[in-house]
Amino acid sequence: MTEPATLPEREPLHGYQLRVVREVLLALLAGEASHGYQLRARLALALGPLAGALNEGQVYVTLSRLEKAGLVTSTRVGQTDRPDRKVYELTPAGRERVDVWLFDTSWPKPAPAEFHLKLVAAAAAGLADPVGIVDNQRRELLTGLAQAQRAALAEPDRSVAALLLEGVVLRLQADLRWLEACARYWNEAKAR
Amino acid sequence: MTAGTVLSTHGLRKDYGRDAALVQAVDDVCLQVAQGESVAIVGPSGCGKSTPLYLLGGLERPTAGTIELADRRIDGMPEAGLARLRRHVLGFVFQSFHLVDELTALENIELPALLAGASPRKARERARELLARVDLEDRAEHLPSALSGGQRQRVAIARALANSPLVVLADEPTGNLDSAGTTEVLRLFDQLRIGGQTLITVTHDSRVAATADRLISMRDGKFVDETRLTGGTSRSLTEMAGLEG
Repeated sequence: MTEPATLPEREPLHGYQLRVVREVLLALLAGEASHGYQLRARLALALGPLAGALNEGQVYVTLSRLEKAGLVTSTRVGQTDRPDRKVYELTPAGRERVDVWLFDTSWPKPAPAEFHLKLVAAAAAGLADPVGIVDNQRRELLTGLAQAQRAALAEPDRSVAALLLEGVVLRLQADLRWLEACARYWNEAKAR
Repeated sequence: MTAGTVLSTHGLRKDYGRDAALVQAVDDVCLQVAQGESVAIVGPSGCGKSTPLYLLGGLERPTAGTIELADRRIDGMPEAGLARLRRHVLGFVFQSFHLVDELTALENIELPALLAGASPRKARERARELLARVDLEDRAEHLPSALSGGQRQRVAIARALANSPLVVLADEPTGNLDSAGTTEVLRLFDQLRIGGQTLITVTHDSRVAATADRLISMRDGKFVDETRLTGGTSRSLTEMAGLEG
């Protein structure tokens, strides 16, 4: 059997899987015991327009995994007009995990090296004009910037989700400034 | 010009100096701007990106090429005609605001309408409406010196809209602003785009550029690249935010 030429598309109905969801849920539970729906609501507030595509079941699946791992415990609370719900609480082991996460200074790494080497190789081998590669990348980042900025501007005043979108915008802006420097260098290199 | 085009240039060129000192600030630029379109011209400082704006606004004369504004050639138009165009058809926003220091915010905004021959009552009415649009009703009687940079630029934008111009030309509108002032201007430019105001902005700020429908990159006097910003990207917002695992 041959491999398919393209990767299968992500199933849109299921939404995206939130990274670091375990740590986030544990940290939210450090404040007070909560049930899954409350935790989902808090995540939705923090993510604003980005919460829409969040996977529906991920919070519940993760909570039951955290329980199996001994990081949270749950109590079943009866409700008169609805089925019982589970209220989750942090265990001391869970609390420890939260403390480590809060002060962990690892940071998602920007990765200029691959792009830089791509330009160097393209120029050295005469494969493509590095400035053209930069222009292509810039188009992509600018479209992303426009998208993120429009979402940020549409947020109401003092929205906490706008702060997240601001982070996306500023990061893209920094990348675009670096691309400007790349364009300048490779443009001058052509003239030399 | 094709239907819906309000402004177009063909082979536009602007030289400064001569012989060895010749600088081609604008070199064979062709541009078509549709009604209601927002276009940003970006590039590093010193690449000559403000010059096309001065040419489009009739503030400078091209060395060669044609400019058509609302189906009329303006590249060879006598100065009186250009002055009329600048009053009635164009609105300008400058980096350093260019407000009249002795006039209040409201008086600054009504000035273009008065100069264009509107009655004082009409001009005042329009100015009040625009002041509300830029959310500065409570600053109507303030002099520019009593306003923040962002507020001054908002007054300047309102003034640019006084005569309901066909095209607004903006030169580095956030160049003198801090980040709070920049955000105020971004918000307004986004509203102008949504409201269908034809707008041409020259900027080195990628955030201002990102409010446009279309972005043109300029290098050494030439338009070298074009990006349409209204389409999507191959990466989703959640991916850019680092949310997806």
